[in-house]
Amino acid sequence: MDIVQMRGITKRFGPVVANDHIDFNLRKGEIHALLGENGAGKTTLMRILYGLYRADEGEILVEGWPVRINSPKDAIALGIGMVTQHFALVPPLTVAENVVLGFTDGFVLEKATIEQRVAEAAKRFGLEVDPSAVVRHLSVGQRQRVEILKALYREARVLILDEPTAVLVPQEIDALFETLERLRAGGLSVIFITHKLEEVMRISDRVTVLRDGRVVGTVETARTNERELARMMVGRETFGVRREERAVGEQPLLQVERVCAEDDQGLPALKEVSLVVHAGEILGIAGVGGNGQKELAEVLSGVRRPTSGRILVDGQDLTGATPDEFTAAGVGRIPEDRHAGVVGELSVAENLALEYLEEFARGGMLDREAIRRHAEELIQRFQIKARATDRARTLSGGNLQKLILARVLSRDPKVVLASQPTRGLDVGATEYVRQQLLAQRARGAAVLLISEDLDEILALSDRIAVMYEGEIVGVLPAQDADPERLGLMMSGAVKERQGAYAEV
Amino acid sequence: MDTFLVNLIAATLRVATPLLLAAIGETYIERAGVLNLGIEGMMFFGAFVGFFVADVTGSLWLGFWVAVLSGVLSGLLMALFSVTFGVNQHVSGLGITLLLGGLSLFAFRLKYGGRSVPPSIEPFPQLSPFKDVPVLGTLFEQYLFTYVAFLVIVPLAWWLLYRTSFGLNIRSVGENPEAADAAGVNVFLIRYITLAIGGGLIAAGGAFLSLAQLGAFTHGIVSGRGWVALALVIFGNWDPVKVMWGALIFGGTFALQLRLQAMGLNLPIPYETFLALPYVVTIVALVIAGRNATYPAALLKPYRRE
Repeated sequence: MDIVQMRGITKRFGPVVANDHIDFNLRKGEIHALLGENGAGKTTLMRILYGLYRADEGEILVEGWPVRINSPKDAIALGIGMVTQHFALVPPLTVAENVVLGFTDGFVLEKATIEQRVAEAAKRFGLEVDPSAVVRHLSVGQRQRVEILKALYREARVLILDEPTAVLVPQEIDALFETLERLRAGGLSVIFITHKLEEVMRISDRVTVLRDGRVVGTVETARTNERELARMMVGRETFGVRREERAVGEQPLLQVERVCAEDDQGLPALKEVSLVVHAGEILGIAGVGGNGQKELAEVLSGVRRPTSGRILVDGQDLTGATPDEFTAAGVGRIPEDRHAGVVGELSVAENLALEYLEEFARGGMLDREAIRRHAEELIQRFQIKARATDRARTLSGGNLQKLILARVLSRDPKVVLASQPTRGLDVGATEYVRQQLLAQRARGAAVLLISEDLDEILALSDRIAVMYEGEIVGVLPAQDADPERLGLMMSGAVKERQGAYAEV
Repeated sequence: MDTFLVNLIAATLRVATPLLLAAIGETYIERAGVLNLGIEGMMFFGAFVGFFVADVTGSLWLGFWVAVLSGVLSGLLMALFSVTFGVNQHVSGLGITLLLGGLSLFAFRLKYGGRSVPPSIEPFPQLSPFKDVPVLGTLFEQYLFTYVAFLVIVPLAWWLLYRTSFGLNIRSVGENPEAADAAGVNVFLIRYITLAIGGGLIAAGGAFLSLAQLGAFTHGIVSGRGWVALALVIFGNWDPVKVMWGALIFGGTFALQLRLQAMGLNLPIPYETFLALPYVVTIVALVIAGRNATYPAALLKPYRRE
């Protein structure tokens, strides 16, 4: 029995067809994975089902009946709930207020009553949360539980989860999967949006693969494998990038010695961080976002001043230096927010010259011809799909990242600082970026790779350091690292029980 | 108790009333995520409409309620621009202030022409429940609107905002409209409603000036009180009760400077210095309070689904 049927759904955004006559069926009591690359149309399709977008064509049937879903309110009334990627929670409100928001009976809101009701619901569905806690103070995993509880509280029979594991550490993922299995046993139907093959194999009953806005196929998970799914997803077999084993240089190009720094609120963000990256080495920094990675990257590019400690680049003391001095000393940085790394209103050519303007200036005037030639050369070399005169803001995420790579890597920096370099990129662009980082390693640069993507860290790094609450809680050679062990360190288990895990 | 002090407190409540009404209205609007820079014009328009209707019909109450209605309509106009069309809120708000200011003066000119003495009416009387009691008699000799503003509007505004599902919806819409929408709250409707309610309260503040405090309409009748109310909302951190304290501080300084002027102290400083005092106090209070202000996160952002 299909609880949801979507037939011939088409959605256009201007000239772009995000969903092209998509058929999708969800059975009662199944976990159905919706697999595809970024931009394949997964989220768009589910936003249509949840009433956040309106389809241009096609129809939706719930339990066999044609329905109109014009807003989330309609979807909720039909028993459809969605946990979006950016949590739809109101941070200053309590858990209970967030859960009952838009679903209150009566005008007066009794704090005690709603908290009690939410507590009961939490208990019934096995989702452990404190109803009186303020959402702002919760961890990402806890917030996700609130989101799921919110949907179930509205008596959802269909639960849509948009990339629910992207923000979780491995242990939290395990807990989420246990919850989903329990809810499935209770009759809930789940749509699980992801681009991670391993999760599809682990949790789903069936899987529908989308590519370029079309359905490639729907298969029983038990009758397929990761290779076949990957082929369906990208239209070819992916092998990913591989790091060839090679000897790491002896020369320390980046030395960070007992560096402390504060965050924007003046709270300690880095606590005695010490790191060394050698020539020809990639040091991966693993950790859940918000544990000091941003501050570390800022300190190492001169944007944030450390409160104590020393930073040496190829032996030169750069503690407290300006961003300009870091660049001059041979530090190339690929910023976390690539939109912050370019000026959207300036052209591609101008952006490519931005950090080295003095080289293109003659007597205070910019040599526009030289800037253009420089740009054309880099566009060729880094395969940027754009013209030199295009405004940077018109570029796609992948091309924007190539622009930044071109600007940084064409200088052959001694140290490459890459923060979340592939976040939000599709498979093709991700591979390109990773290959470029490996090429830097082969050239003999020291690469510091800060990433929340464990697969990326594991695929590229020679050594892996784990950050937790502003501290480096451990450094492992790549061959000793696996997701479980890193996950434990990332969630602070090691720090809290240093003794117990010392022998692991 | 000292007569000076008693008179000062009584005057403080009176001066604070229009500010309080407008600031509570603005608090609701901003809590839903809209910065209403039309506030100054809406107060002015309310003051004019109230006076005009009362003068023509001879009914103060009709004047007052038509003024409130004019505020509701101005609020809805602001909603049309900033919510439905998604116009930049600075632009639409200032546009409304200019529009309503100009409209009021134009209509005033048409009806009354240019005179040196502004037309006046018999204003609302003050209530005096403790007429012959010393101290209390003075303190409680106030307009009905002052009673309503402090004893009804403020507690009601607080209760609605923090203790009802309506208030929960407002707070969520101003913090995270995406979340509110996804939870089934109609973001547009909530913003329209708060602008209508807020506009009504703001215009009531204006009408209080012309129908109660002054019994007349002049060009300078509002003279920046809308902007002060805007500042009070920030000072009060978008909480109706704290906004009330802000209104009292401003009202107190204003009443004090009036008395300092009247005392005819022979000081070598011009009287305008005293006039400026409440505004200086507002700025200082704002600088101190503004540092810890927690703005509604969605303030100034038009909401769009796609």
